[in-house]
Amino acid sequence: MELQHAAHHLAPLATQAASYLWLIPFFPLVGAVINATMGVRLQRRFGKGLVHSISIGAMVASFAVACVAFATLFGLDGEHRFLQDTLWNIFTAGKVSVDLGFALDPLSMMMTLIITFIGTLIHVFSTGYMADEPSYWRFFAYLNLFVFSMLLLVMGDNFVLMFFGWEGVGLCSYLLIAFWYTDSQKAAAGMKAFVVNRFGDFGFVLGLFLLFWALGGAWHKGPEGKLTYAETDMASLHTTANAGHEAGEPAAEHDSGHVKVGPTLNFRELRDQIVITSTGVAEHLKHQTLFGFGLLAMIGILLFVGAMGKSAQLPLHVWLPDAMAGPTPVSALIHAATMVTAGVYMVARLNFIFALSPTAMGWVAFIGALTALFAASIGFFQYDIKKVLAYSTVSQLGFMFIGVGVGAYWAGAYHLLTHAFFKATLFLGSGSVILGCHHEQDMRKMGGLGKLMPTTKWTYLIACWAIAGFPWASGFYSKDEILWKAFTQESMSFLGMPAPWLGQLIYFMGIIAATGTSFYMFRSYYMTFTGEYRGGHGDGHDEEHHGHGHTPHESPLSITLVLAALAAGAVLAAILGIPTAWSGSAPILEHWLEPALPAIVKFAEASHSTEFLFQAIGVSAGVIGWFFARVLYKDNQSHVPARLLERWKRAWTVVYNKYYVDELYQATVIRGSVGIARVLSWFDKNLIDGLVNLAGAVTRVFANIDGAIDRYLVDGAVNLVAGSALSAGSILRRVQTGRIQTYLYGALVGAIAIVLINFIIK
Amino acid sequence: MAHLTLNHFLVIGALLFGFGMLAVVTRRNAVAVLMGIELILNAANLNLVAFGRYVAGGISGQVFGLFVIVLAAAEAAVGLAIILALYQMLRNIDASQVTTLKE
Repeated sequence: MELQHAAHHLAPLATQAASYLWLIPFFPLVGAVINATMGVRLQRRFGKGLVHSISIGAMVASFAVACVAFATLFGLDGEHRFLQDTLWNIFTAGKVSVDLGFALDPLSMMMTLIITFIGTLIHVFSTGYMADEPSYWRFFAYLNLFVFSMLLLVMGDNFVLMFFGWEGVGLCSYLLIAFWYTDSQKAAAGMKAFVVNRFGDFGFVLGLFLLFWALGGAWHKGPEGKLTYAETDMASLHTTANAGHEAGEPAAEHDSGHVKVGPTLNFRELRDQIVITSTGVAEHLKHQTLFGFGLLAMIGILLFVGAMGKSAQLPLHVWLPDAMAGPTPVSALIHAATMVTAGVYMVARLNFIFALSPTAMGWVAFIGALTALFAASIGFFQYDIKKVLAYSTVSQLGFMFIGVGVGAYWAGAYHLLTHAFFKATLFLGSGSVILGCHHEQDMRKMGGLGKLMPTTKWTYLIACWAIAGFPWASGFYSKDEILWKAFTQESMSFLGMPAPWLGQLIYFMGIIAATGTSFYMFRSYYMTFTGEYRGGHGDGHDEEHHGHGHTPHESPLSITLVLAALAAGAVLAAILGIPTAWSGSAPILEHWLEPALPAIVKFAEASHSTEFLFQAIGVSAGVIGWFFARVLYKDNQSHVPARLLERWKRAWTVVYNKYYVDELYQATVIRGSVGIARVLSWFDKNLIDGLVNLAGAVTRVFANIDGAIDRYLVDGAVNLVAGSALSAGSILRRVQTGRIQTYLYGALVGAIAIVLINFIIK
Repeated sequence: MAHLTLNHFLVIGALLFGFGMLAVVTRRNAVAVLMGIELILNAANLNLVAFGRYVAGGISGQVFGLFVIVLAAAEAAVGLAIILALYQMLRNIDASQVTTLKE
């Protein structure tokens, strides 16, 4: 209903040609190709400097072009902010037409800037972090390839390009997790990420097929109750919808004059025909069902399954913590800042589809909330600093999905942006710590690093501040906006049933998760940076083996500068999202993203004072988490954690082991697949092989018979002919005596015989 | 004294041919075989001359006879030359022993 109201002023997107957009993904691709093909030789001859110069150069060039595009986009007025660059048609088959085209609207522009900017910083960070790595070139080639794929995912103007990018980032993620492939555990982690992602991709592709198919026709119940598929005549749909509107809203007509309707893979065409109500497509989709389920809900849920895989939502989150086996810059770039947000981006991009289905919205938001809570609780008890951050990422992604699920698309996208900054800072900070502690990741063997690594400490603290949701740092604004919107969202459905309580439930889950976030982040901060250093002496005999158990040191400039830049970003990003309740005008980012998010979702009206109250609750959640973390973990003084651990040993074991989700997978999916494989193998070995062998045996019998026929019958006939000729020859040769007189006898007898015959015949 | 008719000459010719053929077929000595051939040729000569006298008239029979005599001389020369060559090669003129035509 809301959609129809808003539809008056929604026109088809006006596009602006920008023929340089292809350069943005092109530069990283070139960098990747150069380093992949010639990296070994370049590194051997010219050193590592050239290798990373190529990569970073490609990133800087890409970022520069992205800035130009941003300036162009910024110069246009809101309605026309859509840059388009179509290179060529990849293929056309029936109704499927795929162009190699790039498009930038405010949403993909934001993503492109995040990717190129943070990507560049992380490339710089990697020069310090990976300095001792022998296959330096391989790392940078992968990183560039990743950025290329991610840009393809974000900038592609149709589903196919998005899917290319989607798979490309999955591939790069696999390559980079298993970067140190000689360690079989790391190689296995890479494979796990790849396989789990495949599960999600399957859902994504199914959702895509359903959507494409739904735009082309509908199932109709035939006379005998049989379902038949019939193509929908979109032109007639168009006129009937118009006829319906004519009475009340004649203004709607002029919008749809040149909107192409029908199946399409192009985001813009999809948006136009769904958003503009006079085409009738949105209404048509809403009423379509398949096997009794709402088709739109199915499409939304299946597409979200893809997002669940890529963005590590329950129950497909298992790969992300294992992905920490990769080098830390990779964890920061791929498994925190960019790739894992692809699912959030996809839902935000398709906001107009998700907004049509309350069931899909409820599903997305509920899974997001469940994941946020679940992952936060695991984060409480991890000792590996990167594992803490990994679960934190899963949890924060859950928050983003709450945002895009409840319809606060801009808030979800905003949390994506702020998270990219503060989580990149945290990961790179942890990378700096790990480097300083000589590749030690266990927080129990750290402590007291604040004095030794001041820059790392301060940037880490700022990022903690941001993620915990304290005011004036970016995380506060994005998280509170999401939770506030969740609370005021009352029109979602839960599995097909209207559920006005779902928003509130999600809000409470979110608040608890936010408290947890604050707790585990400050726990990791206090364990790492305060107290005495526990690494070099006493319990840490591992270090003695390495031969350098001496005190940690601050990281090189390439690392600390990047940390400072990202931490500054984590704070400054707050400017983009100052809420209306504070400033009186809409947040900058909301205003900016407006043209890209045409879906209108209704939220309950509430006064600013209520909003302030909720912000206060959000802050106090953060404070409570921080307070407990400080009491329990500051300076490693308190004995309470140890006592609590004794007391709740069993519960702790369950959570510490990540609720045994991996074991569950092991017992169900993996055991199941292995079982099926075994059955199939048995089937193969006994039945298929038997059949094959039988066929072989039968053939052999026939061949033997055939051979016998050949040998005895055919060969016999041939030999008989030859033998008879031979024996005839040997008989007849006796006639040839060589004696002239014998011949003369012959001639004489012949002559007499002729004479005699002559007489007889007469 | 009975009158000499064509039949008398033909009988003599046939006898000569028969004796010649007998010599050719039975004698082992190559020279004797050659002599048998001479008898056959003379039998033919006698027939030619007799037919020329009693049937055709004119001298054509006698001309043929002369040709055959010349031919016989040439044949005897060639035959003897072959026999000599044979003797030189095989030290033997026994026709039944000379079987080199067999191969």
